Amino acid sequence: MSIDTSKVATSNADTAATAKKPNPIGAIASWADDRLGLATSQKKMVRKVFPEHWSFMLGEIALWSFIVLLLTGTFLTLWFNPSMGEVQYNGSYDQLRGIHMSEAFASTLNISFDVRGGLLMRQMHHWSAMLFIAAMMVHLMRVFFTGAHRKPRELNWVIGCLLLLLGTLEGFTGYSLPDDLLSGTGIRAADGFIKSQPVVGTYMSFFLFNGEFPGESIIPRLYVVHILLIPGILLALIAAHMLLLVYHKHTQWPGPGRTEQNVVGYPLMPVYAAKAGGFFFIVFGVTALMGGLLSINPVWKYGPYDPSKVTAGSQPDWYMGWPDGALRIMPGWESTIGPYTLSWNVLLPIIVLPVVAFTILLLLPFVEQWITGDKREHHLLQRPRNAPTRTAVMVALMTFYGLMWAAGGNDIIAIVFDLSINQITYFMRAAVFIGPVIAFFITRRWCISLQRADNDRLLHGYESGIIMRSTEGGYSERHLPINEGAAFTLTSRDRDEVYVPSSATDSNGVAAPGGRLEALRARLSAGWFGHNVQKPTKAELDEGHAHAEHEHELQVGLDHPADGHQFDGHHTVDEESLRGH
Amino acid sequence: MSSHDEHAVEVVGDRTPDTEPLADPGHPAHKWRPTDVDERLERRAERQVATLFALSGLCSVLFVVSYFVFDIGEVVTTVGGFGASNLALGLTLGGALLFGGVGAIHWARKLMADQEMVEARHAIASPPEDREVTVAGFNTGLEESGIARRPLIRNSLLGALGVLALPVPVVLLRDLGPLPGDALKSTIWEPGMRVVRDVTGTPIRPSDLQFGDLVNAEPAALFEVDEQGEPLIEGAQLQTEKAKGAVILVRIEPEDITPGEGREDWGVDGILCYSKICTHVGCPISLYERTTHHVLCPCHQSTFDLADSARVMFGPAARPLPQLPLDVDSDGYLVARSDFDEPVGPSFWERDSR
Amino acid sequence: MRFLNRSVDSWAGRISRHRRGPLAGFLVLVLGLLMMGGLYTTFSPAQAQSEQTTEELVAEGRELFIVNCSFCHGQNGEGVSTVDGNQLGPSLAGVGAAAVDFQVGTGRMPAAQPGQQMPRKEKVFSQEEIDAMAAFVASLGAGPAVPDESDYSLEGLSDEERQEAIVRGGQIFLTNCTACHNFTGSGGAMPRGGYAPAILGVEPRYVYQAMLTGPQTMPSFSNGNLTPEAKRDVIAYLQSIEENPKYGGFGMGGLGPVAEGMYAWIVGIGVLVGFAVWIAAHGARSTKQKVDA
Repeated sequence: MSIDTSKVATSNADTAATAKKPNPIGAIASWADDRLGLATSQKKMVRKVFPEHWSFMLGEIALWSFIVLLLTGTFLTLWFNPSMGEVQYNGSYDQLRGIHMSEAFASTLNISFDVRGGLLMRQMHHWSAMLFIAAMMVHLMRVFFTGAHRKPRELNWVIGCLLLLLGTLEGFTGYSLPDDLLSGTGIRAADGFIKSQPVVGTYMSFFLFNGEFPGESIIPRLYVVHILLIPGILLALIAAHMLLLVYHKHTQWPGPGRTEQNVVGYPLMPVYAAKAGGFFFIVFGVTALMGGLLSINPVWKYGPYDPSKVTAGSQPDWYMGWPDGALRIMPGWESTIGPYTLSWNVLLPIIVLPVVAFTILLLLPFVEQWITGDKREHHLLQRPRNAPTRTAVMVALMTFYGLMWAAGGNDIIAIVFDLSINQITYFMRAAVFIGPVIAFFITRRWCISLQRADNDRLLHGYESGIIMRSTEGGYSERHLPINEGAAFTLTSRDRDEVYVPSSATDSNGVAAPGGRLEALRARLSAGWFGHNVQKPTKAELDEGHAHAEHEHELQVGLDHPADGHQFDGHHTVDEESLRGH
Repeated sequence: MSSHDEHAVEVVGDRTPDTEPLADPGHPAHKWRPTDVDERLERRAERQVATLFALSGLCSVLFVVSYFVFDIGEVVTTVGGFGASNLALGLTLGGALLFGGVGAIHWARKLMADQEMVEARHAIASPPEDREVTVAGFNTGLEESGIARRPLIRNSLLGALGVLALPVPVVLLRDLGPLPGDALKSTIWEPGMRVVRDVTGTPIRPSDLQFGDLVNAEPAALFEVDEQGEPLIEGAQLQTEKAKGAVILVRIEPEDITPGEGREDWGVDGILCYSKICTHVGCPISLYERTTHHVLCPCHQSTFDLADSARVMFGPAARPLPQLPLDVDSDGYLVARSDFDEPVGPSFWERDSR
Repeated sequence: MRFLNRSVDSWAGRISRHRRGPLAGFLVLVLGLLMMGGLYTTFSPAQAQSEQTTEELVAEGRELFIVNCSFCHGQNGEGVSTVDGNQLGPSLAGVGAAAVDFQVGTGRMPAAQPGQQMPRKEKVFSQEEIDAMAAFVASLGAGPAVPDESDYSLEGLSDEERQEAIVRGGQIFLTNCTACHNFTGSGGAMPRGGYAPAILGVEPRYVYQAMLTGPQTMPSFSNGNLTPEAKRDVIAYLQSIEENPKYGGFGMGGLGPVAEGMYAWIVGIGVLVGFAVWIAAHGARSTKQKVDA
């Protein structure tokens, strides 16, 4: 491949970059290269180009949060004791002096009150866990809205969804480790979910807890899952995610000089190393500030877990909020088959719904590819408005998620806003079905109208805010052409092509196999692209320009294209006659 | 002027791209930053970056100082009502990291070379020659192993792997826990066991309670001690019994009570006893409204009417709370007449509601 | 003697000399007032209240009751119902002086309007008026009396006993109270728009009375349910929580994971995305051209 070197950045320094004397770093590098052959493998990495946009940094927030989690988590493991053995508290927190509690809880109190920096590390660990999952969700939404999940990146999407799922589980196991009242209530509920499973429920519950709830084994078992099993899988998946990103190269926004065949941006060394490295410190620093200023999970106030105690406002952490909401708004349906009980009220919202939702999320790129029949590689991003149905689908999913999430906090909403939990529940029961539908239609129309506005700008220029009055007395607004780069960017997208199956029957009238499926696919594809507004053809654009020029001539006597700043004082207009011909 | 608003979707059988309406104007000319062209601004930016790094270092030093200066433990240093150690350590660590990060970013944005570069993408798929070579090699290897020609080897291999991979590791997990048996169908409650106040463990006389009272109670067995004063049930076993045996007592005006069938004598002078464990997923309930006799579970808002055999009034619970029949023993204290007549807590497959 | 005479003479003479001075009258007046006040304070009865007989207090309370409370609670506190059978105000026979002291002392009564739940608001009556109304309501039927401060204070306990009281109070609080009022007393939701109010910062006497009388929909924790010592322990625990430093920082309302999640998104993600926008921003550009040195 040939690299366009004319645009390669030149160093700001005056002198050439040849070493004057043997560099100690050079000696180490040679030693390493002799054994690892690093130079070849790093040849392309050192000046690898990364496109720049703030929305490309959302995944980075997740990545750096994960590093913060590893560091703060390791600190915590040095003091945490994952045992449910009973012990009498003898530490500094007076209000629990002499109380019987598990070693896990006692060691958490120890970290919070008797280890300097311990409370800070605990709080940083918890805040960064929340940021980790929130960042993954924001990143997921960005990727989907801009079409970065299309070929060749579908596998990266799948890996990302798995990371989101595992992150959620990691968070749940993590905040359950201190064995405090709030998280213990969560584990109690989880045991209820497991018991409700048909046939194997009680067995799974007894195997997980090593007997009846709560038993003595759940905390040490969750500990292993939390510090070894899931982090191991997370690391492997993150590595795969990054590897694919490096191999595929990052997507980029369309614009002048940007094509499907290139990447335009800044090199890893020094710009991206500085920006990404700096962002790592910023994420770490913001987490530290939050850990120092905002109190999170004050386990000493909850006290040790006791199955006969509970607090108002018992919720899981925010990322488990939406299944909790589904659980709250579910009506109390249960049926019996002979001597056996099927608890639909627990099975449907907490087992079936999350599995279905996660499966839908995983399959989104593949379903979209099937509907559109688009098998091309895509490295240029799409503005959300240029994929109205896709954007609307995600907004509908977000609406569903958001309503369920709000339902999970219905008692907090009730006391903060002075409402009735019963009314909120009834409202949500209807809203989670109606809301996404409304959101879908509103979003799609909104995108289409934005597409129309874009086309208007392309064909007729932008509204300059100058009102002209013709000799007959009519008012009109001056439009000035948008600049070349912006115009090109607006047209730098594919035309939508509805999928057309090869003919339904062959020459002898025999129906093609899978014909019904293909017909469905064609209908879905037509619906997918429905009323999308396509970019103008060359002919239409030329006609529009000609028309605009004509308008120009009629309205104002400028003998060159206006740059739009004629009337706003950005540069002098002395030489230009505004009304002459 | 023709309408350009609605463009009908073009249905094309093949995928040849049509003529682009506009040609690529190419990469825009590079615009220099003020720090590139003005040496004064460049040096100012340098000083700013250096200052940020210096502030970072200062914060690190302050972190170390705060670590040793502010006390935690028996006597906690406070500042403005906050724990000083956590606040200071958090602010200084945050400052050290943030200033460092901001400094690096500022350096990159203002001073590092910022000419945009262009790099060509490569094909994602392997070149066809590579594919051929790899596939050929793989096929040769397969051929040489002879697995295709030797179905006996292949099938016995698959069979062996199937037996190794599936049952062998799984069976190792059998001792994760005991079988459930009948454990979930009964609790520690026995005929004649006193109902005692939680935390204090004191027994209760009917006359102790006023109408509208709510008592959080436990089976007396959980508070029994041996001759040395050591509790008989403690640790995980105590938690397990509490998770099934915890109850609430309420005293309701008898005229407001609708006793369940066969339960007319399960209360004593308007005192009723119900399981405290929600039948939804097992959270303990005691959010009691004395005027409506409704009790609410804080976890998922299931609501039960305690004056009507704890019937479900609202929420995701499917079954009423089990009721414990009460009696008064010879000393005048409230006792259970028997265990609950159904399993306590969340539903499970073998529950048998018949 | 001559020494004494002379000194007596000297100060006696000094006062005499100023007898007709300009300030003399003023000084005599002030002295007289001080004497009267002092004598009155010394010899007057210790508490004017306690001198008032119970009958007088009840009569005064009845006057106040009729004007301010009888519209909803009836002329004799028997309660008032509407035609549809809804209750305007419940009967007050048997609620006791403690209930009145709680309801009127926290400003919940007189209620602004009949409805779901009476929120705490500005106290309208003075403590003497409250005592009078309490005496009247107590006369309607036997009920819990206003507690004495000794009922809920930890005075007289050794440090170790105090410590144990607080720890025990915490366990009682977590068993009986947090289900409605939340782990840090920030309050919680009840059915149909009701709520358990925030109790952190409430005066100990009102906490005691609320437990004792079970105001509105709150269940009662009579002295046979939670003994006075248990109530004292709970109050001691609440006070210790209030006095504790905020170990980890701002509590964000003490509402648990919902508030924490909100802060994580709004503050955490908001600030970080803000930084991301700054990092990738185009930055100021100059129109000048760079001249290589």
